[in-house]
Amino acid sequence: MSTVFPQWEVFVRARRGLDHQHAGSVHAPDGETALRAARDLFTRRQEGVSLWVVPSTEIVASDPADVDALFGPAADKAYRFPTNYDLPPDVDHM
Amino acid sequence: MSQEHFDALIEADERIEPDDWMPDDYRNTLVRQIAQHAHSEIIGMQPEGEWITRAPSLRRKAILTAKVQDEAGHGLYLYGAAESLGTPRAELLDRLHAKTQKYSSIFNYPTPEWADVGAIGWLVDGAAIMNQVPLCRCSYGPYGRAMVRICKEESFHQRQGYQIMLSLSQGTPEQHAMAQRALDRWWWPSIMMFGPPDADSPNTGRSMAWGIKRFTNDELRQNFVDATVPQAELLGLTPPDDALVWNAERGHYDFGEPDWDEFARMVRGEGEIPDLRIGVRRAAHDDGDWVRAAAAAYADKQAARSAA
Repeated sequence: MSTVFPQWEVFVRARRGLDHQHAGSVHAPDGETALRAARDLFTRRQEGVSLWVVPSTEIVASDPADVDALFGPAADKAYRFPTNYDLPPDVDHM
Repeated sequence: MSQEHFDALIEADERIEPDDWMPDDYRNTLVRQIAQHAHSEIIGMQPEGEWITRAPSLRRKAILTAKVQDEAGHGLYLYGAAESLGTPRAELLDRLHAKTQKYSSIFNYPTPEWADVGAIGWLVDGAAIMNQVPLCRCSYGPYGRAMVRICKEESFHQRQGYQIMLSLSQGTPEQHAMAQRALDRWWWPSIMMFGPPDADSPNTGRSMAWGIKRFTNDELRQNFVDATVPQAELLGLTPPDDALVWNAERGHYDFGEPDWDEFARMVRGEGEIPDLRIGVRRAAHDDGDWVRAAAAAYADKQAARSAA
């Protein structure tokens, strides 16, 4: 009888001052063991100073089919970007 | 999401991510390739792992342990990438154990001498890096990202191997001769790691169109020979190929034809070593089952307690 562990997503903070970033996944029976596995797998060469593990099934993701509806509209709102505003050269470093 | 959208992403050299629609052939090709790659990493622990207890110094033991641990990690990165395509890791391991999925036949060659550990790092890892660097730009995002991690770690593998060869080739006449024997054993198998000649590699065109593969087998093989021959010269060792000669007109080395019949025999898994490798792998898996069961039982107990 083979035991199959649930999957956990691993996030690593490379150093203080930076966000945790997704690094990959591990399999483990519980969070504590997942942290140990993540430590062994992703931080053998000083790649991080902090780890998060999250059950993969707990990730709620946007649907790729909704990409236009969700992320498209920003493209026609050029006024949200600083480059949309032409200013005289004397103050253009603003 | 549709074929049209997928084609447009590939055309624009964008990455495909796990939730995207993709053709079944693309998915199946990737699962097969990534799984074979993952299997190769963990089976590849064996020929070198055999030498950990016999490494000639504490420093070499520590290096080799770290390298073999890296190979385990590379396998895990790759199983993770394969799982993102919807095939659980346990199923992939079952297929490896049942021999319905392959691993690289390079790991079915024996490692009778210490110099083989050096030659594997220098040549086998060198050839693997030549293959893997372009895979960092593979069109499937998780595979490319896994390859970036792997390539970062792989560089140490090749350098430590070359350093072993350097020590031996500059050592006693016996050590130099052992280094040459290892080069003689590993040269042709490494050349063949790039797969059959382009003319006999029917899937290359499709994999290149999909952005899974970026260079053909023969292109990579030529790159490998061009990079490796000067390294052999520096060691004072001679690759076992009488046809090997610099071609100034082409700006490349000309080299002989590998024994493709031997390659075919190795891919078919002939000889005693494939059974040995799978046997060790199965035993490791089966012998660890009680540990996994105990860990799962402990996790269940803790979860029940915190719920109570």
